[in-house]
Amino acid sequence: MSIEICGISKSYGSFTALRDVQLEIPTGQLVALLGPSGSGKTTLLRLIAGLEPADSGQVFFNGEDHTHRDVRERGVGFVFQHYALFRHMDIFDNIAFGLTVRPRKQRPTKAEIKERVHSLLRLVQLEGLAHRYPSQLSGGQRQRVALARALAVEPKFLLLDEPFGALDAKVRQELRRWLRRLHEKLGLTIVFVTHDQEEALELADRVVVMNEGRVEQTGSPQEVYNNPSNPFVYSFLGRVNFFRGRIADGKVKLGEAEFAVDWASEDDNVPAVGYVRPHDVDVSRSPQYPQSVAAELIYVYNLGSVVRLELRRMDTGEIFEAEMSRRRFAELSLQSGDLLYVHLKHVAFYVGGHLIHA
Amino acid sequence: MTDTSEPGYVRWLLIAVALIFMGLFLVVPLIAVFSEAFSEGIGLFLQAVKEPDTLSAVKLTLLTAAISVPANVVFGVAAAWAIAKFSFRGKNLLLTLIDLPFAVSPVISGLIFVLLFGTQGVLGPWLAAHDIKIIFAVPGIVLATTFVTFPFVARELIPVMEAQGKDEEEAAISLGASGWQTFWRITLPNIKWGLLYGVILCNARAMGEFGAVSVVSGHIRGMTNTLPLHVEILYNEYQFVAAFAAATLLAVLALVTLVLKSLIEWKTEGQQRENEAMPEIIREASA
Repeated sequence: MSIEICGISKSYGSFTALRDVQLEIPTGQLVALLGPSGSGKTTLLRLIAGLEPADSGQVFFNGEDHTHRDVRERGVGFVFQHYALFRHMDIFDNIAFGLTVRPRKQRPTKAEIKERVHSLLRLVQLEGLAHRYPSQLSGGQRQRVALARALAVEPKFLLLDEPFGALDAKVRQELRRWLRRLHEKLGLTIVFVTHDQEEALELADRVVVMNEGRVEQTGSPQEVYNNPSNPFVYSFLGRVNFFRGRIADGKVKLGEAEFAVDWASEDDNVPAVGYVRPHDVDVSRSPQYPQSVAAELIYVYNLGSVVRLELRRMDTGEIFEAEMSRRRFAELSLQSGDLLYVHLKHVAFYVGGHLIHA
Repeated sequence: MTDTSEPGYVRWLLIAVALIFMGLFLVVPLIAVFSEAFSEGIGLFLQAVKEPDTLSAVKLTLLTAAISVPANVVFGVAAAWAIAKFSFRGKNLLLTLIDLPFAVSPVISGLIFVLLFGTQGVLGPWLAAHDIKIIFAVPGIVLATTFVTFPFVARELIPVMEAQGKDEEEAAISLGASGWQTFWRITLPNIKWGLLYGVILCNARAMGEFGAVSVVSGHIRGMTNTLPLHVEILYNEYQFVAAFAAATLLAVLALVTLVLKSLIEWKTEGQQRENEAMPEIIREASA
């Protein structure tokens, strides 16, 4: 089932949570709403579910207007951040709840409910825990019970609010992979909220980057990571260095380095910012390119598979980071205090928040 | 000796002070009530209890509690629900109003009803014209008792409901439950111990209330006398055995209340411990 959000705005008193949000979520995709806290992502999710009314705008499911339908009519599966399991019911009753509250005519028989609950328990790999209580389960198990409970009512799609937020790193990894497989198996449209860019990029078919109540960019993980449409998206998705400079005569000057760009504006000599990811910084012992910049190695961070260097530019004094493989690090036999030359590959230039093409 | 920093004699001194205080102000009076009641033998005690005026006072007290406690349960749950689960204009005002009966003296509460419904009161002439008696009659006693016991259930439930948040209710609704189903199957089971606790306190106060009821009742024997009022009348008439016999009934109620209250506290604490401790144990075991 596809979801379409048209011009949705929402505020709480003087705080504007969502400003004129436009979003389309195609059928069967696994979509991440990614943004810092307060960016409106959870509000948007609750609005889709009908748990929160919109101030203005419309919500369509499969082209059908659902703006004024309440939660029960919308038939969506919602998984809460802290799972919201019914603490006084065992796992079986938790999962069966959505079926047992149906009007008598639509309610499955006891045997059917039992069958369905057990097949869901198999799906979430919690067979044998049917008669435990939520307080007797670990965080990861509770999360899976919450998913099974939401799936029991055969929802049109699944909405998950920070599904892995409260779990430790190892469980989080396992659950991510499990959710990915579940999505492939069920083919259900799934929208989840996260503030973790790694989680969004790893898991989602499509990432919706949000900030201050607006959708900043929508696209596949590769698109948003490789072609961020503005500085916010650039800096939110992964580590980034930024260098302040000026643009003049079709060239951006960042300290002593010059980069030719597609700039045909009347405004000359305006401030520009260059963004470079640490893995796009090439480090060598001697200058390899005309734009190479001299830098001093301040500190080496060993991160396991990669090595991160903290460097200071000799021309501007700006501090920045570079990443390289362990092998390359060993080849160069680097030590703090060494004088090095860096080449900035793939610099993205922004003037006043807009991307300038090189 | 254990590892406390205070010397032994300080601890014993503190415990002794507390025990002596409790003995003087709680245990001795309780013993006095029972010993006075039985001072002329069990026969006279039973006779005093079986006296028609005493029995009618017991009946009226039970009737009053039977009306005002359920009324306050309905009101308390509704108010606590509104306050804990929704934000609205005037929420703090409502909270203050709920506390009002605690803040004003019960005698004043009684007077308010006299001023409203009495013969000289605002609604007096209208009530007289329609032949409705509230003051110096059972309705007045019920009203005054309900007013005085108004905060118990709501006050007990608000923190419980606030702590639980509205996640579970939202989950129930998103799974297709109606508001009614959500209340009966999710909200009520989660608040049941807090509710029971509030009901017990509310009931104890409803049966024991003196001040407000005294103002509105008119002390008509066998008609508008509740048990506490009856005790006072008997005492003022120097019928000590009868007065203390009636008082033992109230004392027994107090003891039953205390036992129930401790049972519920023990039960809820046990539940909380279980809720907090279990996940840790399982996490450790699986790690």
